[in-house]
Amino acid sequence: MFDFLEDYDLLGAFWTTVQLAVLSAVGSLIWGTLLAAMRVGPVPLMRGFGTAYVNIVRNIPLTVIILFTSLGLNQTLGVSLGADDFESINFRLAVLGLILYTSAFVCEALRSGINTVPVGQAEAARALGLNFNQVLGLVVLPQAFRSSVGPLANVLIALIKNTTVAAAIGVAEAALLMKEMIENEAQLLLISAVIAFGFVVLTLPTGLFLGWVGKKVAVKR
Amino acid sequence: MTEVSVAKEDVAATGDLVVLKSVNKHFGALHVLQDIDLTIARGEVVVVIGPSGSGKSTLCRTINRLETIDSGSITIDGKPLPEEGKALARLRADVGMVFQSFNLFAHKTVLENVTLGQVKVRKKDKKEAEERARALLDRVGVAAQAEKYPAQLSGGQQQRVAIARALAMEPKVMLFDEPTSALDPEMINEVLEVMQQLARDGMTMIVVTHEMGFARSAANRVVFMADGRIVEQATPDQFFSNPRSDRAKDFLSKILHH
Ligand SMILES: Nc1ncnc2c1ncn2[C@@H]1O[C@H](COP(=O)(O)OP(=O)(O)O)[C@@H](O)[C@H]1O
Ligand SMILES: [Mg+2]
Repeated sequence: MFDFLEDYDLLGAFWTTVQLAVLSAVGSLIWGTLLAAMRVGPVPLMRGFGTAYVNIVRNIPLTVIILFTSLGLNQTLGVSLGADDFESINFRLAVLGLILYTSAFVCEALRSGINTVPVGQAEAARALGLNFNQVLGLVVLPQAFRSSVGPLANVLIALIKNTTVAAAIGVAEAALLMKEMIENEAQLLLISAVIAFGFVVLTLPTGLFLGWVGKKVAVKR
Repeated sequence: MTEVSVAKEDVAATGDLVVLKSVNKHFGALHVLQDIDLTIARGEVVVVIGPSGSGKSTLCRTINRLETIDSGSITIDGKPLPEEGKALARLRADVGMVFQSFNLFAHKTVLENVTLGQVKVRKKDKKEAEERARALLDRVGVAAQAEKYPAQLSGGQQQRVAIARALAMEPKVMLFDEPTSALDPEMINEVLEVMQQLARDGMTMIVVTHEMGFARSAANRVVFMADGRIVEQATPDQFFSNPRSDRAKDFLSKILHH
């Protein structure tokens, strides 16, 4: 029954999915943290930028963003992100699109975490003579991260599933393979089940693991 | 009494440490600080007392600019409070602050709480900072708790750690905003004793508190505030046994009767 699967590189496709997810996760965590720092910071221009970014990007469908990176950035503006073959250009563009999109959600998850940190923590830090970056980096964000592990886990799970949108610009990840398989084989249900199972294998342990981490690092007050 | 006043003239000669001149501050329509003039000499211990909402916390917080002021001036050791940036951070390091709710960094151990400012602000190396931290924790009687997290300590222990954290910066003056108000009664004394020792060691202190025992035994002066104004200033003995203003009489009769 599963014989036809041997004709396809299922593991390879899921490996691409994992690479998309991991690179985008790291990138969004960094860019999302910077956005959150801007949104809580004292500089009006940065606050405005952070707020506008999040509210705009959150409300654009991911497919539009991913298509824009390919059609707009690459084909119109010639951005290739340092790659020269078609395959790696599209892979990098997909990662960029996923980062641009996911970081808005990371920012909001972190901001909700920042709101759980009592103002007294930042005041005590300021009273010691720490500057804004130190107050944020040494006192507020470490506590905010710990209390946003749960929300961040949800963002990561959504990101893992969102990597399927990269199929729209031809990145050979799991969803693109699924489309190809369905076109070639008369096994719609089986193929869907196999792909769905693959995603559950990625997301379920991620959720359980981060749930455990969240409990372990929770700040006791 | 004569001893105190002689001492005061002496310190006045060596310079006033904290000087507030016609300080005004509003929260919206509320005029929380009204023409505050207050001078604190080096080594002096001043207790600020007054009804809830009279502006005591706000006064404390303006002195290290956790709150900005609308008009007037505040100088510390002859230098006006910087508006912002590096200079303000440096000034804050010279002014220790102890909060009612302790505000120990919840994600850091007791030892890390006391070393953080030394390493990041005073740029001491880690080993030196830890040595000083352990000595200070020993001085406030919580050396055994150094590796624990704040949530594992009693309120009294947390507040003593908070005092050690402030002292680690070698501040010129210490501000205490109702340091014992959040504590269970049996823990109040362990904190007051640490403060009393600090006063005896010559630290300049501004203490918002209703602990009359502390005021009588450690303070050089009591400042009574009501409705954003300084209504009366006197030595503790004069103030508690013979208050001049009606507001103070009224206030004292309330806190003495429970
Ligand atoms: N951040 C703030 N915003 C608006 N009003 C405030 C703020 N902080 C304090 N107040 C008000 O200012 C007044 C004085 O407060 P506070 O200085 O805390 O008094 P105290 O410490 O003497 O009880 C109170 O009426 C209080 O409600
Ligand atoms: Mg108060």
